[in-house]
Amino acid sequence: MVRDITLGQYYPGKSFLHRLDPRSKIILLIAYLVIIFCTFNYLSLLLVTIFTALVIAISGVPFKTYLKSLKIVITIVIITSILNLFYGTGEPIWQWWIISVTANGINRAIFVTIRIICLILASSCLTFTTSPTDLTDALERLLKPLNKIHFPVHEVSMMMTLALRFVPTLLEETDKIMQAQKARGADMEAGNLFTRIKAMIPILVPLFVSAFRRAYEVATAMECRCYNGGSGRTRMKVIHMTKRDAVGFIGVALIIIGVFICNIMMKKVI
Amino acid sequence: MEFISAQDIYFSYEEIEVGKKVINAVDGVSLEIKKGEFVALLGHNGCGKSTMAKHFNEMLLPDKGKVFVDGDDTADESKTFDIRKKVGLVLQNPDNQLVASIVEEDVAFGPENLGVPPEKIRERVDSALKAVDMYEYRKNAPFKLSGGQKKRIAIAGILAMQPECIVLDEPTAMLDPSGRDEVLSTLIKLNRENNITIVLITHYMDEAVLADRVIVMDAGKILTEGKPDEVFSQVELLKKHRLDVPQATELIYKLRGCGVNFDKVPLTDEECIKMLEEVLK
Ligand SMILES: Nc1ncnc2c1ncn2[C@@H]1O[C@H](COP(=O)(O)OP(=O)(O)O)[C@@H](O)[C@H]1O
Ligand SMILES: [Mg+2]
Repeated sequence: MVRDITLGQYYPGKSFLHRLDPRSKIILLIAYLVIIFCTFNYLSLLLVTIFTALVIAISGVPFKTYLKSLKIVITIVIITSILNLFYGTGEPIWQWWIISVTANGINRAIFVTIRIICLILASSCLTFTTSPTDLTDALERLLKPLNKIHFPVHEVSMMMTLALRFVPTLLEETDKIMQAQKARGADMEAGNLFTRIKAMIPILVPLFVSAFRRAYEVATAMECRCYNGGSGRTRMKVIHMTKRDAVGFIGVALIIIGVFICNIMMKKVI
Repeated sequence: MEFISAQDIYFSYEEIEVGKKVINAVDGVSLEIKKGEFVALLGHNGCGKSTMAKHFNEMLLPDKGKVFVDGDDTADESKTFDIRKKVGLVLQNPDNQLVASIVEEDVAFGPENLGVPPEKIRERVDSALKAVDMYEYRKNAPFKLSGGQKKRIAIAGILAMQPECIVLDEPTAMLDPSGRDEVLSTLIKLNRENNITIVLITHYMDEAVLADRVIVMDAGKILTEGKPDEVFSQVELLKKHRLDVPQATELIYKLRGCGVNFDKVPLTDEECIKMLEEVLK
C-alpha cells in the first residue's frame, strides 16, 4: 500500500524530455505551472490541456504511470472542485436550501479540476524523465548564486539526494514494522481517532530509532568514500544546454504567448 | 612489504557504562597485511572485527598504539584523504552504503568526491560495474536489487575509487548461498586479476578457507593466525573459544581421535572426500 507512492520515480529512457538539460526542465516547469494558473477562459485552458497531453506523449513514459500519480491527489481534486462549485458568484441557476450553484461556480469547478490535473501531470513529467541525482544537481547549480549569502546550497542538495534515495527504503521499513506489529496482534484500523493515533506509536518509535541509526551509518559510509563536502568535487554527468533546450524554451514561450493573447482577446469566465 | 600494519593497538568505545570496568573492543592487537594478500579476519559476533576494520582506513583512531597504511601513520590528519583512497571499506549493510538513486550514479560518488575529471569517472564506473558483473543494471534503482546485487554495487562503488586494498565487513552476512558465491568469486577475481589486497571479515569458516592467511580474533585479541590449514588444524583451540571449524576438517579430526591415521587436515569437502577414499581403499 505505501509503495504506491510514485514520488521521485525515474523512468530511464531516451526521449526528447529525458535529454533536455535538467536545469531547463526545472525552469520550464516553473514557468508552465505559473501559466496554468493564468488561464481565465476556455480557449487558453484548452491550449494548456493540449500542450500537457503533448508533453506526456513525447515523454515516452507509459500513461498508466501518470494515472498512478493522479490517483494520489484525486480526493483533493474532487473536494476542491465541489467546494468551488458552491462558491461561485452571480445568479444561481439551481438552488436548494442554502446551497446554490451558479454558472460561475460550474466554470470554477471545471477550471480547478483541469488546472490541478495539468499541474500534477506536468510535475510528474519532470520527475519521471529526470533522475533524482540530475534533479538535485540541477537545483544545486541553479541555486549557486545563493552561496553568496552563505546559503549552504551543496549541503541542501546533498540532503535532497539522500532523502530521495531513502524514501523507498524507509517506506519498505514502515511496511515491515507494521506487519511485525500486526503479527503481534496490534490493531491499527479499529477504534476512534485517538486510539488509532496511539496505535501508531509502536510503529513510529522503531521507525525513528532505525532511521537515526541508518543516518549515522550512511554518514560513515560517505566518509569512507572520501566525501568531504562540495569543494573539490566533480560530477560524472556534465550537463550543458543544447539546441534541444532552445526548442523546449521556444515551445513553452509559444504557450505563454498563446495564453496571454487568449486572455486579452476573450472575456474572463472565472 | 607490509601494506597495513597495526602495532599493539587498543581501542574502547566511550559509551560503556560508568562503574563497570572499561572493556576494550580492540585489546592489544598487532597485525600486518601485505600488498596483494587475501586475508580473512575471523571471529564471532562482538569480538571486535568491525572495530578493527575501521582502524584500517582511519574511521577510528586507536587509543594506544599505531596503525600505518602504506607507511603513513593514520593519526596524521593531513593523510586522511590519501589513506581512505588507498583502503576502501565496504560496510556491513549495503542499504546504508548506497547513496544515490541510480546504480551508476552511486558508483560515481567516490570518484566524484576525489575530484576525478568527468570522462575518467565514466570509464571508472563502467569498468567497476563490469568487474562485479553488474553493468547491465547500471540504470536500475538500488532498492530494487537483491541483497547480493546490492553488495556487489557497494563493492563497485569502492572499486571505482581504485583503492589498493578493499576491506569488507561481513560481505556475505544475510545472503543466500548463490548471493554468497557471487560476492566471494568477485573478491577472488579482484585479488587474482587486479592484484587488489583483500581483507575479508567474516564469521563463516568455509569462507576463511579461501584466503591466503587467516587471522582469528576473540574478545578483542588475536587468538591465532596463519595459513588456513595451519589455523584449522588447531581444532581444540578453536573449539575452546566456541569457534567452529569447517565440517570437513572436523570430520577428519574426529576420525583421527578414533585412531584413523591422516597426515594432514582437509579444508574443503572435495579434499575430505579424496582423503577418505584413499583410506578406505
Ligand atoms: N558504536 C559503538 N558504541 C559502543 N560500543 C560498541 C560500538 N560498536 C561496537 N561496540 C562494542 O564493541 C565490541 C566489538 O564490536 P564489533 O567490532 O562491532 O564486533 P564484531 O564486528 O566482531 O561483531 C562489542 O562488544 C560491541 O558491543
Ligand atoms: Mg561487525
